[in-house]
Amino acid sequence: MTSPLLQVENLCVSFPGTGGARVRAVDGVSFTIERGKTLGLVGESGCGKSTTGYSLLQLIKPTSGRVIVDGIDIASLSRREMRPYRRRLQIIFQDAAASLDPRMSVGDLIGEALDIHGLARGTARLPRIRKLLDLVGIPARLLQRFPHELSGGQAQRVAICRALAVEPMLIVCDEPVSALDVSIQAQIINLMQDLQKELGLAYLFISHDLSVVRHISDRIAVMYLGRIVETADKHEIFGSAAHPYTKALLSAVPVPDPDMERTRERIVLRGDLPSPANPPSGCRFRTRCPVPIDDCAQIDPPWKTLSETHHAACIRIQGIPETSLFEGVRY
Amino acid sequence: MTSPLLTVNNLRTSFRSDRGTVRAVDGVSFTLNRGEILGLVGESGSGKSMTAMSIMRLIPEPPGSVEADELRFDGIDLLALSERQMLDVRAARIAMIFQDPMRSLNPVLSVGRQLTETLRRHLALDGAAARRRAIELLEMVGIPMAKSRLGAYPHEFSGGMRQRVMIAIALSCNPSLLIADEATTALDVTVQAQIVDLIKTLVKDIGASVIWISHDLGLVANLCDRVNVMYAGRIVESGPIRDVFYRPSHGYTLGLMSCTPRIDLVGERLRPIEGLPPDLSRPMTLCPFLPRCAHSVDRCRTERPALIEEQPAHWASCFADLTGSWRQTT
Ligand SMILES: Nc1ncnc2c1ncn2[C@@H]1O[C@H](COP(=O)(O)OP(=O)(O)OP(=O)(O)O)[C@@H](O)[C@H]1O
Ligand SMILES: Nc1ncnc2c1ncn2[C@@H]1O[C@H](COP(=O)(O)OP(=O)(O)OP(=O)(O)O)[C@@H](O)[C@H]1O
Ligand SMILES: [Mg+2]
Ligand SMILES: [Mg+2]
Repeated sequence: MTSPLLQVENLCVSFPGTGGARVRAVDGVSFTIERGKTLGLVGESGCGKSTTGYSLLQLIKPTSGRVIVDGIDIASLSRREMRPYRRRLQIIFQDAAASLDPRMSVGDLIGEALDIHGLARGTARLPRIRKLLDLVGIPARLLQRFPHELSGGQAQRVAICRALAVEPMLIVCDEPVSALDVSIQAQIINLMQDLQKELGLAYLFISHDLSVVRHISDRIAVMYLGRIVETADKHEIFGSAAHPYTKALLSAVPVPDPDMERTRERIVLRGDLPSPANPPSGCRFRTRCPVPIDDCAQIDPPWKTLSETHHAACIRIQGIPETSLFEGVRY
Repeated sequence: MTSPLLTVNNLRTSFRSDRGTVRAVDGVSFTLNRGEILGLVGESGSGKSMTAMSIMRLIPEPPGSVEADELRFDGIDLLALSERQMLDVRAARIAMIFQDPMRSLNPVLSVGRQLTETLRRHLALDGAAARRRAIELLEMVGIPMAKSRLGAYPHEFSGGMRQRVMIAIALSCNPSLLIADEATTALDVTVQAQIVDLIKTLVKDIGASVIWISHDLGLVANLCDRVNVMYAGRIVESGPIRDVFYRPSHGYTLGLMSCTPRIDLVGERLRPIEGLPPDLSRPMTLCPFLPRCAHSVDRCRTERPALIEEQPAHWASCFADLTGSWRQTT
């Protein structure tokens, strides 16, 4: 068996909070990403998705845990030792236009990415830039444009192009299409899927939009308040979600179908996400859970195995019959 | 027959800039019945917000300019009102909620103060009555321990809670019309579901009409009775919710429906709308969607289609026959 491209083990990231309490933004997260595959990371605002993504790239130093790339734990590397991995792990953001240097033209932005890692020098440089831009569907006439002269979709294409320029193995995509109009969203999603197939890229696709995540992911991890609560192959999450949070999340996603929308059963959760500086005891979801029992306040839920590829952290799972999302979500 | 609550006839809103005149709203007409929830969807930049802002008379003139053949709300000619009179309409009769609640909440006043001031001014309640009503309103929108939260400032609330406060203020004077512009877009889906339920119940209770602006087709499918689809400053399709969703009759509407990823469908490849929306400062003589349309016919290249009633109450401005592309529903 070959090892996965990326293996994250017990990753923790905490920030100094108010009054001495540490904000445990990421609190013991583990997952793997296979070569050429997409892991979708979903969950509500503030649950720690971006922090997880940034700490994979060591843009934020993890407080503890291991990030293993090709068998090497990069969390323990020095800056210099980290260099080759920086090239292999790239990131794109939601606000592409803001992540691009406003004083650089499209051509220079791509060229700079090549230069940093000493790729395609001299006469090879311009043809390489053109080839890369062609790959992401940016016409050559935009080569001299500046970021503010691009539409949102074009800017995101340039950001993707910059990431691709250094031939990465994995791209962390932090809400890459959330700021775009749906018609442009679909263009970018298709582009990302084509590039994945062509170049064998792996993605960590972070999004709060489950419809998009369903479309692009092979596996899905659902995060709640710094923890992953359920992880499975896509069809298992959407076909037989086990964790009550996952079920609630899925049932809340609107579907553009009037008859279905008006007859679907919905699990409406109470309240908001608690503060990660002061998470509830036991299961973190219990304060909003529709089916809590007394034990949930005492027991930190261990992982339950539902299939070789499907795991969930909830002590109530045995008692919950598995139902498909659109056969009604009941307990 | 009762008359509609709102009549908008040939609304034109434009902005002068050094790049020329941008026609943000280019001849929009529609009516809104009492108790009706009307959806407004369309491409980013298609003029949804500007339509709402024009009705509210909130477009700064200059650089903007708002004209209409008719803009009538509950018998009142909105274009004939003075700024002062319009202020009263906005406070008491037409309420608006935005994506960013901080745009409508005053950060330096306590939530209780913002509520009681509105109530005292527009419903002429005295201090104690306004306070009682403010607590009732906060309870109604699901703020726990409402009484003790009156003194809290907006920044002390979470995003979802702020949105609830804004709804409480918007509905405090029992408006006849609520305009919600991407009101739940910034919220998480689980909180969004709470807020949508809340709005549904409340508007039914007070009998208000709603214009629900959203890019989320799923929300519109859930909430609205009718929907207007906008593209490049115009309504390109309008009809009862089921008609428009199951039998889209404009190339853009069809494109929009098929490029939207759906959580209930398994991974077929998305069909994006290629290209970009048009530059609104250029004059348009043909259908503005033509360069991106996958269904255009010869006639599209010679004349511009008018908005016509293709089926009872279902209007569209499109020459193409799209019936073959409708999704098979069971
Ligand atoms: N630099 C920081 N200092 C202190 N707290 C932080 C910092 N960055 C993030 N946090 C906190 O860590 C938690 C997780 O934040 P993160 O940005 O990872 O969430 P997210 O899941 O990406 O949310 P969103 O969907 O809103 O982007 C939040 O409570 C956030 O307030
Ligand atoms: N002050 C202004 N000057 C020039 N053009 C403007 C001005 N305000 C708005 N516009 C233009 O008017 C058009 C309509 O904008 P509007 O905000 O109504 O779009 P929208 O449909 O609400 O889009 P979104 O979905 O992105 O909110 C846009 O093309 C915008 O660029
Ligand atoms: Mg984030
Ligand atoms: Mg808008």
